[in-house]
Amino acid sequence: MTAQVDRQRRRAIKLAGLSIGFVWLGSGKANAFINARRQTGDPEAAALDGNALFAPNAFIRIDALGPVRLVMPNVEMGQGIYTGTCAMLAEELGVGMDQIKVEHAPPNEALYGIPLLGGQVTGGSSSTRDHWGVLREAGAVARTMLVSAAAARWSVDPAECGVQRGVITHPKSGRKLAFGAVAKAAGALPMPAKVVLKERAAFTLIGKPLRRVDSADKVVGAAQFGIDARVPGMKIAAVKACPTRGGTLRSVDDKRARTVPGFIEVIKIDNAVAVVGEHYWAAKQGLDALDLDWDLGANQGLTTAKLIEAMAERSRNGAPILGRKVGNKPAGGRTVEALYQLPMLAHAPMEPLNTTVSVTTDLCEIWVGTQVPVRCVSAAAAITGLPESKVLLHNHYIGGGFGRRLETDSVEQAIKFAKQVKYPLKVIWSREEDIKHDLVRPMYYDRISAVLGTDGNPLWYGDHITSGTVLARWMPVAMGKEGLDDDVVECAAETPYDIPNLNVDWVRHDMPAGIDIGWWRGVGPTHNLFVVESFMDELAHAAGKDPIAYRKGLLGKSPRPLAILNLAAEKIGWGQVAMAPRVGRGVALGSPFGSHICVIVEVEVTPQGEVRLRRAVAVIDCGIAINSSSVDAQVQGGLLFGLSAALYSGITLQNGAVEQSNFHDYRNLRINEIPAVEVYRIDNSETPGGLGEVGTAIAAPALGNAIFAATGVRLRSLPVDRSLLVENAASLKSVVAGSADPQGLTRKGVSV
Amino acid sequence: MIELSVNGEKHPVDVPPDMPLLWVLRDIVGLMGTKFGCGIAQCGACTVHLDGQAVRSCVLPVSAIGDRSITTIEGIGRSPAGQRVQKAWLDVDVVQCGYCQSGQIMSAAALLAQNPNPTDQDIDAAMSGNICRCGTYVRIRAAIKQAATGQLQVLQTVPAGAT
Repeated sequence: MTAQVDRQRRRAIKLAGLSIGFVWLGSGKANAFINARRQTGDPEAAALDGNALFAPNAFIRIDALGPVRLVMPNVEMGQGIYTGTCAMLAEELGVGMDQIKVEHAPPNEALYGIPLLGGQVTGGSSSTRDHWGVLREAGAVARTMLVSAAAARWSVDPAECGVQRGVITHPKSGRKLAFGAVAKAAGALPMPAKVVLKERAAFTLIGKPLRRVDSADKVVGAAQFGIDARVPGMKIAAVKACPTRGGTLRSVDDKRARTVPGFIEVIKIDNAVAVVGEHYWAAKQGLDALDLDWDLGANQGLTTAKLIEAMAERSRNGAPILGRKVGNKPAGGRTVEALYQLPMLAHAPMEPLNTTVSVTTDLCEIWVGTQVPVRCVSAAAAITGLPESKVLLHNHYIGGGFGRRLETDSVEQAIKFAKQVKYPLKVIWSREEDIKHDLVRPMYYDRISAVLGTDGNPLWYGDHITSGTVLARWMPVAMGKEGLDDDVVECAAETPYDIPNLNVDWVRHDMPAGIDIGWWRGVGPTHNLFVVESFMDELAHAAGKDPIAYRKGLLGKSPRPLAILNLAAEKIGWGQVAMAPRVGRGVALGSPFGSHICVIVEVEVTPQGEVRLRRAVAVIDCGIAINSSSVDAQVQGGLLFGLSAALYSGITLQNGAVEQSNFHDYRNLRINEIPAVEVYRIDNSETPGGLGEVGTAIAAPALGNAIFAATGVRLRSLPVDRSLLVENAASLKSVVAGSADPQGLTRKGVSV
Repeated sequence: MIELSVNGEKHPVDVPPDMPLLWVLRDIVGLMGTKFGCGIAQCGACTVHLDGQAVRSCVLPVSAIGDRSITTIEGIGRSPAGQRVQKAWLDVDVVQCGYCQSGQIMSAAALLAQNPNPTDQDIDAAMSGNICRCGTYVRIRAAIKQAATGQLQVLQTVPAGAT
């Protein structure tokens, strides 16, 4: 095992060196990261790859027999990237999706790093955007070399050869050779300097509704998530960290825990305790039986109200950093102002956080599903004192990321526990631990305003954002020169609308130490699109115009957003029928993550203030679809994720501790609560945009605008406060009668 | 010692009587397809069948099972309803992250075994105990109807090898 680690590391170093020589061959973006051409050329590296006869780059492994192995630079957490990646590689390589075997990439920044994110990271809806060129080129490089090898064997012109489903053909002579038969010869050829990529019309895979490569395993329970890792001799730990964020562990009395059947031992770190058991039940029972004494630390008096109060003060008095300024605020005109405030959010992926770790004197081995494998390796080296070459990480399918697994806190914690014991340790966070110790989506506080001209259109708009910054902790080198975190102003500084003057700025307001904030699906755009698109509705209302007509009037320079707005209005039949009382439709439009999305949501608000989602129409323009089925799925799912958060989710603090704990008080939409969802896709030849987060980012403003249309109540904070939506005092009397059916299972009416 | 019948096989297990079936399956029997999501029967990721009835294994003490037979995601494909559900799940490609899908499929298979042609309201009632954070509900509903009726409901995916 150890020798293997050394080889793995040496390969990384060698390849990092090689990449400098190969950069000039790259596909445009000159960088030290992923490249379509990279010869391993190292017998030891080849051995690591299962002795692939042909490994022309980091992604493709071809052996004499068996399927073509494709190494996935990103991780699969539901977004469908494995299928998209395979389609891009296979399209140009010339193999069928049934002729491949998918492998998780090892941690290796040099081979699998993503320029957009500065490392081997899966996030930011960046994978397809970043890999669209390089993966097709990687496939084409491999195909070109295989064809060259076959043509040389036949002494024919490679241009006379074709490739289909892993077989090279020479139609003139009727000869055929499988990839495996020429793999070794291809491996000895020089890299082609230039390859020709297929035209879109020639695609046989890209653009089709492809079945996911991970579905077959996932419907029979065979897919291996991190939590499913089983290592010989492994024991299982349940953990509890100090409930007050930033607090520490003072002492543990384990007298009662020791009587739990299957109890093994208690282990401690500075701010958390773990009980190890023969199985999770023993560990959990033991943990519950501990008597714990915490030093609650500086945050013990902290509440959400205090956090909001401090943000409001900073918003008024803090020094803003400019995001974008165009022109000047005109004197005169009609001013519209509003204040928006957004809550902290937990990620709550279905797979609770977990890590399995084995630490010995010369090796740290980790089994986990992570969006940041290299960061995990670095963290493990720092904690164990072992060199990174002695850290071996096995990545897994991820049971929901949403940004949570861009962090290494749970991995670090598991390593700190595991290095104290002599057996492999699987640490599983309970759902309660997962929600209480999340790195939450930041709170935001926005003062937004506009000056309207006589036609009601904005002459100027200004958004004064106050929030913490994830980027400053997560990737400080990416902070702007003036200290700007671009993510905080994304989709506020740039909008599709033609507004002649604007000023978007940001006051940085760090949370108290211990209240860590992290990336959450949709990141900056989820916040800004709620504020900007809700406010656009406010402006339309102030101008006395229809929200869609008002937006159309500002989209003269944005043809793609205009087209999706028009199609969404047409598909839902905007303005075609009069809405019943307390039924309303809301529209939201935005261009996050390199795509364009418009959503119209229709809601009914009960007299008691409950919001029923009736219908949602989404139109997406993400450029070329790699997998059209996946586009549809990501928009549907992302939208429901965003609607869940807007309707139900907010993390609040009391005594510096998170008040929510599980799915009963951190709610998620259930199947009986969803609207009918229709997704329409614009088919064009634009470069692919991101998809994993767009539906989420656009959900809340469409919902808020629909609630306004239904009730006249403008919601400027989330989650939806039902008490503001109660029709009148009399309507609340029926709440008691309805409460026997809290999930509305027996309700009549809306068919979904 | 308790003897469990899981997917037609006998498994003698030496565990505390209050240990939930979920952890017996995962940590003792070694069947990892049944998932831990919440531990309090709120999310349905741990759904298995007891004599064909969908139950939340995370709160079911192993001592309460008696001689009832247990079916998990690893075994449900051997029942006609389970097979139809799994096929429909593939045809419309329900899964995203897939972590909740063992539980979703178990709930759906129990529904179809008892109610071959469920209405939307029947689907709501049977499936509302299963949370999906990825939001695959639209396709779950379509897949259940497709499994029930054999009629194609929404966009069908192209299986590997078909292109």
